[in-house]
Amino acid sequence: MNVVDLVPPALFYCFAGVLVLASLMVVVARNPVHSVLFLILAFFNAAGLFLMLGAEFPAFILMIVYVGAVAVLFLFVVMMLDIDFLELRRGAWKVWPVGLLVGAVLVAQLVMTAASWQSLPGAQANILSPAPRENALKAYVTTPEGERQAIQQPRNGPKPLTNTEALGRVLYTDYIYAFQVAGLVLLVAMIGAITLALRGRRGRKSQDIGRQISRKPSDCVAVRQVKTGTGVEC
Amino acid sequence: MNLSDLLPLAPEIFLACAGMLLLVAGTFGGAGMARAVNVLAGVSLAVAFGLVVCPVTGVTGELPGGHVGTDGFSQFVKMLLLPAALVSLVLSHDFLKKPEAARFEFPVLVLFATLGMMLMVSARSFLGLYVALELQSLSLYVLAAFLRNDTRSSEAGLKYFVLGALASGLLLYGISLVYGATGSVVFAKLQTVLASGDAPVGLVLGMVFILAGFAFKLAAAPFHMWAPDVYEGAPTPVAAFFASAPKLAAVALLAKVLYEPFGALAAQAQPILMVLALASMAWGAFAAMAQGHIKRLMAYSAIGHIGYALIGLAAGGAEGLQATLLYLVIYLPMTLGAFAVILCARKNGVALEQLSDFAGLSKTRPALAAAMALFMFSMAGVPPLAGFFGKFYVFMAALQAGLLPLAVAGVLLSVVGAFYYLRVIKLMYFDAPRGAAFDPVPGWGTGLVLASTAVLILGFALQPDLAANAVRAATATLAGAA
Repeated sequence: MNVVDLVPPALFYCFAGVLVLASLMVVVARNPVHSVLFLILAFFNAAGLFLMLGAEFPAFILMIVYVGAVAVLFLFVVMMLDIDFLELRRGAWKVWPVGLLVGAVLVAQLVMTAASWQSLPGAQANILSPAPRENALKAYVTTPEGERQAIQQPRNGPKPLTNTEALGRVLYTDYIYAFQVAGLVLLVAMIGAITLALRGRRGRKSQDIGRQISRKPSDCVAVRQVKTGTGVEC
Repeated sequence: MNLSDLLPLAPEIFLACAGMLLLVAGTFGGAGMARAVNVLAGVSLAVAFGLVVCPVTGVTGELPGGHVGTDGFSQFVKMLLLPAALVSLVLSHDFLKKPEAARFEFPVLVLFATLGMMLMVSARSFLGLYVALELQSLSLYVLAAFLRNDTRSSEAGLKYFVLGALASGLLLYGISLVYGATGSVVFAKLQTVLASGDAPVGLVLGMVFILAGFAFKLAAAPFHMWAPDVYEGAPTPVAAFFASAPKLAAVALLAKVLYEPFGALAAQAQPILMVLALASMAWGAFAAMAQGHIKRLMAYSAIGHIGYALIGLAAGGAEGLQATLLYLVIYLPMTLGAFAVILCARKNGVALEQLSDFAGLSKTRPALAAAMALFMFSMAGVPPLAGFFGKFYVFMAALQAGLLPLAVAGVLLSVVGAFYYLRVIKLMYFDAPRGAAFDPVPGWGTGLVLASTAVLILGFALQPDLAANAVRAATATLAGAA
């Protein structure tokens, strides 16, 4: 066995292991800022896994959108709101036996399912084509006999599509419906944010004619007798 | 792709454009536009209904890509969804007079939620289903929290949002498992793949996750815990909307998923549906007894009704599907009517929320009390009102499918549930009125809603076959697939 063949599995286990640990730390870290930083670490490792699959577009989107925008927004929120997370978690220890039990059962089921994973015989017809893999470090297919073979890329054939190109070809054609409805979802999210959070600027120095006209002397003028040498209490 | 390929989706495209135009109109018109936008939104829903019914635009077919398409079933459900949403807008017209609620986003959000529901029932793939479901859910979260200065409304919105996000997570995880086992998310392809061999464990687990996600959205026990708090905290017209159209859309979507892609897994889905139905009926009947708040009572009542509707889906087959759909056809006017009464019951302009406040309603407002009594009797399933027929058909479907214990449990639990419906009637008719007098019915719109729903409930017994035949015709496409 060649040493080079060991690189992809080593990278995979490195990325996957750090991803799992970082996700765990997001939940258990005491300091919420550390939680967000671990979240960023988890995003980077997930992006690494995407790159190994030859899916560079999701990898970069994950970094640009999630690390660049979402996680930074989280950091701002966590730092600006000054929420006492320990106080929030205080009651959580009372329910941990139940949570642990449910979680353990779920994990056991999922592990058993994954261990005996099989897809239906008809599923093969639905898999479009081998994903473009020339960007992957090394890609394998499993032969019916259970051997692993490296995929041979044709040398003189037409250049295979890159992942970004392949996505671009279907996103605005076959998946235009989902794309448009996702746009509507974002529109509703924007309406919701504005409806729930936007208030007119306070202390704005604009003229409100109605308020000016309806103002009466009794609302704002008080006549007091002030003796010499004393002040006025408001 | 031609423009005519988009024709099956004409009502949805119209609603989306109308929603965006109203948004622009409201933004430029300012705060005073809320009620005008509400009227225009109602008109848009009516036009969309016309587009569904009209033979030129109401065609059935699939859009290129295969993620969305219409058939007899989806058209029928849309014909119920649009009037239910319209009634919700009529009921909220008075609510939009209040200074804290007078914002034009309210009708626009109802429009987008309705659009999401219409796309849900038109979905032909899990991808189309998911984006439509999110469009609907996101609009509903915002509506629940609409009174942003009211802590209870904000709490309702946040609670709904967090649990809804959890449900979406479950749903997506299930979809990913199904995709892993079959290589597709398109319903038609799933059907052919499922026919190619026995379902592996992963696929069944995926279906279980998907069903759990739907049960959250439906508020079927044991995934119901958000519903009473959300109904109590949300503004009453919003609660009326929550209890009507989204329930129908979610049950229709569940039926579609069970009959189209998972038709071959009916045997695995049946025990889950039976547990959901039994738990919802029992929880709806027993927990409602302890409630003193009318909106919480309605929430538990809705949980119970979802349980009865699920009996039909658990029974399976063409009869089960028809019984479920017919149950919802009857459930819609009952619920909307009851909420219309709750919205009308006010003293000095303050909405009544406690059950005990309804004492003596019949003395000063006999018509209102009579309408409420009618809806309560119908919900309890007293013949010859419409609610009786709904229960009758689901129990018959259960008997035909050999689910005798479930049918017996349903009958017994509906007797238990009758207790709290009758308690409302006893309060209105036999208890002495307390405090100030009741206000008159606020507007002709609400009065019209009350009158028409009451006529539907009363008149159903005269022509029960009319609705049953329409439901049978509508479900023919889906039931044929199973």
